[in-house]
Amino acid sequence: MTAVTTMPPTPAPAAKKKHRPRDTIAGWLFTAPMLVILGLFLVVPVGMALWVSFSDWTGRGSPFSSNVAFVGMNNYKDLVAGGGLAERDFGTSLRNNAWYVVLVVPIQTIVAIFLAVLVNRKVLKGRGFFRTAFYFPSVTSSVAITVLWLFLFGATGAVNKVLGFLGIHGPNWFQDPSGVVHNILGAFGITQGPTFLTDTNMLGLPLWDWLAGPSVAMSAFIIMAIFTTSGTFMLLFIAALQNLSGEVQEAAVIDGANGWQSFWYVTLPQLRPTVFTVVTLGVIGTWQVFDQIYTGTQGGPGKTTLTPAYLSYTSAFQSQEWGRGAAIAFVLFAIIVFFTLLQRLVLRERPLSRRHRRIYGGPAKGAGK
Amino acid sequence: MSTTPTSDERLHGAVPTKTTEEKLPQRSRAFLTGTSLLYAILAVIAVIYIGPFLISIATSFKTDANAATDPLSLIPQTWSTAAYTKLFLNSDFPTWFTNSVIVTVFVTAGRVFLNSLAGYALARLDFRGRNIVFAGLIAVMAVPGVVLLIPKFLVINQLGIYDTYAGMIIPLLMDAAGVFIMKNFFESIPSSVEEQARIDGAGTFRTFWSIVLPMARPALITIVILSFQGSWNELSHFIISTQSPDLTVLTKGVASLASGQLSQGTQYPLKLAAAALMTIPVAVVFFLFQKRIMNSSDGAIKE
Repeated sequence: MTAVTTMPPTPAPAAKKKHRPRDTIAGWLFTAPMLVILGLFLVVPVGMALWVSFSDWTGRGSPFSSNVAFVGMNNYKDLVAGGGLAERDFGTSLRNNAWYVVLVVPIQTIVAIFLAVLVNRKVLKGRGFFRTAFYFPSVTSSVAITVLWLFLFGATGAVNKVLGFLGIHGPNWFQDPSGVVHNILGAFGITQGPTFLTDTNMLGLPLWDWLAGPSVAMSAFIIMAIFTTSGTFMLLFIAALQNLSGEVQEAAVIDGANGWQSFWYVTLPQLRPTVFTVVTLGVIGTWQVFDQIYTGTQGGPGKTTLTPAYLSYTSAFQSQEWGRGAAIAFVLFAIIVFFTLLQRLVLRERPLSRRHRRIYGGPAKGAGK
Repeated sequence: MSTTPTSDERLHGAVPTKTTEEKLPQRSRAFLTGTSLLYAILAVIAVIYIGPFLISIATSFKTDANAATDPLSLIPQTWSTAAYTKLFLNSDFPTWFTNSVIVTVFVTAGRVFLNSLAGYALARLDFRGRNIVFAGLIAVMAVPGVVLLIPKFLVINQLGIYDTYAGMIIPLLMDAAGVFIMKNFFESIPSSVEEQARIDGAGTFRTFWSIVLPMARPALITIVILSFQGSWNELSHFIISTQSPDLTVLTKGVASLASGQLSQGTQYPLKLAAAALMTIPVAVVFFLFQKRIMNSSDGAIKE
C-alpha cells in the first residue's frame, strides 16, 4: 500500500522544453477550481484581515465603507504596549500557550517514538491491535474528546477516582487556576517570588506569573493533547523505522551494543528527519489551540486556559474588537513562522547525519510492507 | 560509541553474540521475561488509550446520579437509555447529525474531484505556469488554519453566503494537502497507458476521466478518508460561518451541550452519549479502512 504514495516520482517529462499549448490550456483549466477557491478563501481573506487589523472596524457594515478609519499600528500597539486589559490578556494567553507548547511537543514526540519502537517489533502478537488502539484517539473529533475529558477530569471523575486508589487526593482539574510550577515551589515553602520577578512586567504580566507554569486546568488539556496526537506521530515513526536497514542494527548488536545503546546511537540518529517533521508539525499545531478551549473552558478558570487563537476569536466575534482580533491572528501567525524557522536552524540536518545515512544505507527494499 | 566492545563485554554481555547456540537456555528465559514485560507494558498503555472510550459508552447508559457516584465502572448499575431518548426525541441532535452528513458528503465528493483534477495537472500536464501554481500550493499549506478564522468570516460575509450551506461547504473544498497526495500518486504510475490514449486522439479530460482516474482508486480512497474525517470533525469553520440553529452541525452542537448552554446540572450521560454517537461514523470508516489509514499517513507528509 505504501507504494501508492512513497514511490519515488518518475522523472517528469523534462526533456521537452516546449510546453504543449494544449497542455497549457488543460493545465490551467484543471487547476482553476482549486486556485479560485484558494484565492477566494485564503489569499483575499488574508488581505482583507490585514486591512481590518489596521482599522477600527466594529463589525457593522462593510470593512471597506467610508466610516471605517485607518488607525495605523494602534491595534498592534494595544497588544504589546497598551498597558491595558488587552495587553494583559494577550500576555496571559501567550504565557498559557507557551507552556502548552513547551510541554506537549517534547512529551508527545517521546511518547510517539516509544510507542513506535514498542509496536514495531517483528515478533509481536497483536501488533495490529496495539497500533489501532494507540491510533484511535487521533481520529475522533476534538469536541468529543473534550466532552470526555470534562467528565474524566471532573472533581469526582474517573481520574480522581484512580488517583484515590493510589492515595492521592486529586485536584478539581478544570476549576483549578493555580500554576503547576508555583504549586511545586509552594510545596517547598516558596510562595512569594523574589521582587525582581514580581516587580518586572512583561506584556502586562509580572515575570513571576510567567513562570507559574501551566495551570492545573491547562495540564488536563496538555495530557489530552498528548493522548490524541501521539498516535498520529507514532505512525510516522513506524514508517520511518520500517525504512531503516536492518543490517546496521544487526551490525551494532553483533558488535556488542545492548538494546538501549543500539537505539540511542544507531536508531535515533537515523530517525532525525522524522523527529524534525514531528517537532515542526507539533509546534505548528500546539500554537493553534482553539477547539478544546471553545468546547471546554472558554478560557477559564482565571483566564489560565486562554490561548491567542481563542482570544482572537472572542475579541472579534464577542467583543466586536475586530481590529484587535485580526491583529492577534497575525501576531500568532508571525510566532508560528518564527518558531518553524528557528527550528529549521536548530534541528536542520547537519552534514554529519547525512554521512550517517550514507554509511547506514538507504531505505531497505520491501520494508514498507 | 560502543562499536568496539571490550572482550569482557563480549564474554559476559547479555546481548546475543556469535555464540548464540550454546547460550540458548539461559537466553530464552531472559527473552521470556522480556517478552512478558513488553506485553504487560503494551496492555497497560492500551487500557489508557482505549479505556476512556469504553467509560464514555458505559456512562452514556447510566443515570445522572449513577454517573456521578461511580464514574469508573464499565457496567451501569441500572441501564438507562434516557440520554439517547432525549437526544433523539427532545433535542436538535437529529438536525445536527443531518447537517454534518450533508456537509461531509459534499465536501468529500468535491475534494475527491478537485484534488485529483489539480493533482493530475500538476503531475502530468507540462503547462506554462505549473511551477508557480505548485509554489503557491506549498505557500498555502504553510498558513495555519486558526489564523484564517476572522479572514474567512470576512469573505463569507462579503460574498453573502454567511449562514448558508454554500458558506459551510465551499471554503472547506480547499485542500492543498490532498492535491499533494494525488500529485504524488499520479507521478508514481507509468504514463505509457495515457500517452497511448492521447495518441489515439482522446482529449485531455477524457484521458483523465476514463483512463487515469480508475487507476487512481487507492489514492482516491485515501482522499475520501482524510476528507471525511476532516470535515466531520471540523469545528472552527462552522463557528464562523453559521449562526442559525437549523445549520448547526454536530461538532458545534455538541460543543454547545458541553458548555452547558442547553442543560441544567452536569448531565454527563447525555453529553457522553452525544460524543459517542458523533464518534461512530469516523470509527466505522476507521475500522473499515484501517490498513490503508495506517499506511497512508506516511505518504501524506513527505520528508
